[in-house]
Amino acid sequence: MDAAANSRESTVKPPTEPAAPVLRVQNLSYAYGKYKALDAVSLELRPGRVTALLGPNGAGKTTLFSLITGLFDSRQGDIEIVGHAIRRARSRALAQLGIVFQAQTLDLDLSVEQNLRYFAALRGLPGKEARQRITALLDEIGLAEKRKAKVRTLSGGQRRRVEIARALLDQPALLLLDEPSIGLDIATRRWLIEHVHRLAEQEGIAILMATHLVDEVMPEDELIVLDEGRVIARGQVDDVVRQSGADNLDEAFTRLTSKSGKAKPGAQP
Amino acid sequence: MSPAHAGRAFLAILLRELLRFVQQRERFFAALVRPLVWLLVFAAGFRATLGLSIIPPYETYITYDVYVVPGLIGLIQLFNGMQNSLSMVYDREMGSMRVLLATPLPRGFLLIARMLSGTAVSIIQVYAFLAIAALCGTEVPPEGLLPLLPVLIVTGLALSALGMFLSSRIRQLENFAGVMNFLIFPMFFMSSALYPLWRVREGSVLLYEFCRFNPFTYMVELVRSALYLQFNATALAVVVATLLVFGTAALIGYTPARGGPAAGRPGGG
Repeated sequence: MDAAANSRESTVKPPTEPAAPVLRVQNLSYAYGKYKALDAVSLELRPGRVTALLGPNGAGKTTLFSLITGLFDSRQGDIEIVGHAIRRARSRALAQLGIVFQAQTLDLDLSVEQNLRYFAALRGLPGKEARQRITALLDEIGLAEKRKAKVRTLSGGQRRRVEIARALLDQPALLLLDEPSIGLDIATRRWLIEHVHRLAEQEGIAILMATHLVDEVMPEDELIVLDEGRVIARGQVDDVVRQSGADNLDEAFTRLTSKSGKAKPGAQP
Repeated sequence: MSPAHAGRAFLAILLRELLRFVQQRERFFAALVRPLVWLLVFAAGFRATLGLSIIPPYETYITYDVYVVPGLIGLIQLFNGMQNSLSMVYDREMGSMRVLLATPLPRGFLLIARMLSGTAVSIIQVYAFLAIAALCGTEVPPEGLLPLLPVLIVTGLALSALGMFLSSRIRQLENFAGVMNFLIFPMFFMSSALYPLWRVREGSVLLYEFCRFNPFTYMVELVRSALYLQFNATALAVVVATLLVFGTAALIGYTPARGGPAAGRPGGG
């Protein structure tokens, strides 16, 4: 993390030592052939905070997530989740991680409960504990009555809720959300953003949420702006807006990413 | 990964495959109709015109429908292996394979579990086919049904490994049909599934040589031997070698970076 960010951290939590980072990414680079998708990206996430990873389409957000989840390998740079390096201790690192991918990935032919039980078993949760967690999480997301329903019969918003529940089954320290609101109606988007902030605040989960929609970034969030594979701004929302000389985040995002010629304020109507 | 975690995860993957198989009734019927058409239509027609001399492992003259049963068992497993392969490409394209691979389980374990669960489904199909064949009057030696089981596990795994190897090489779902046409039918027809090799040699020495180098021939012969309580060491060696070669190639070659949402190419987000 750079000096500016460190000084901001110290203003946010002055009385105590900052908590150890849940996610530490250092000098991470990745290329698809000759196309450099990520270029020396570094970031740190601390418990109980939501960090918005804001960037236009093609900025490298999904590539970054694929590297953090160990789906892609990179020899350039390091990733640690709760102190476990993804390259050397992949299983221990991934045991701390919950993820919601951009594409919806539930098994449509199975029920909500069957999907969750399948994933709980993959995470190693014993049967009784899995059942208790599933009941609690379905209550939390308001889908207890859909427990036996086939996923195929659920709406897009309900499926997304189930995916969030699935990511939380094993009580992860780190939750990654890759553009989770795509295709959702306004009410579900609002619920999702509020729920994510509630999770960070009440359960102390560190959350990294990729988005290209500026209206999904809350004033209290940490913000990392990614463009063409590089971190071009970071800090709290007000700081980033002020440093860019803009009046609001929408304008700041346009200014910051305008060099690439493909920015695009993402405020969704 | 503890043994309990591994056991739970394997059972979950197996149960998911079985549930999907049971719930997709069309798939179950399609899997049975294909060999039954060969048995009840094709073999019935040839039964009157084609005479077979006494060849091992048979100890007496047999009718043509009895001869083709091992080949049709192989056909069931061949199609099932390819169905698994298609399912893996589909899962990768849809992103659900990413969820599986982002769990704290070794990638090799997950792929082997997928192969084993696919094999289990094919074994259910084989025994259902044999039951219907027997009901339709085709002689199926009951004493061979139990020795057949371990053979079906090995042949099923070898064909699943072949399917997984293919899925590791195929970038997109659209490419799958072409590969299948160039694989399933040549493998099936250029083998001892429908006619004994000595008959093939009478017709074409070149075709005979193709059949001799086709691992599917040895899978069919291994099944044929097991059904009649004989042991074919050469066939077993070839089938195991096929399993090891394609299994190893699949485990090394399988990467989520090939195909899938935003995988292996820029522009995902």
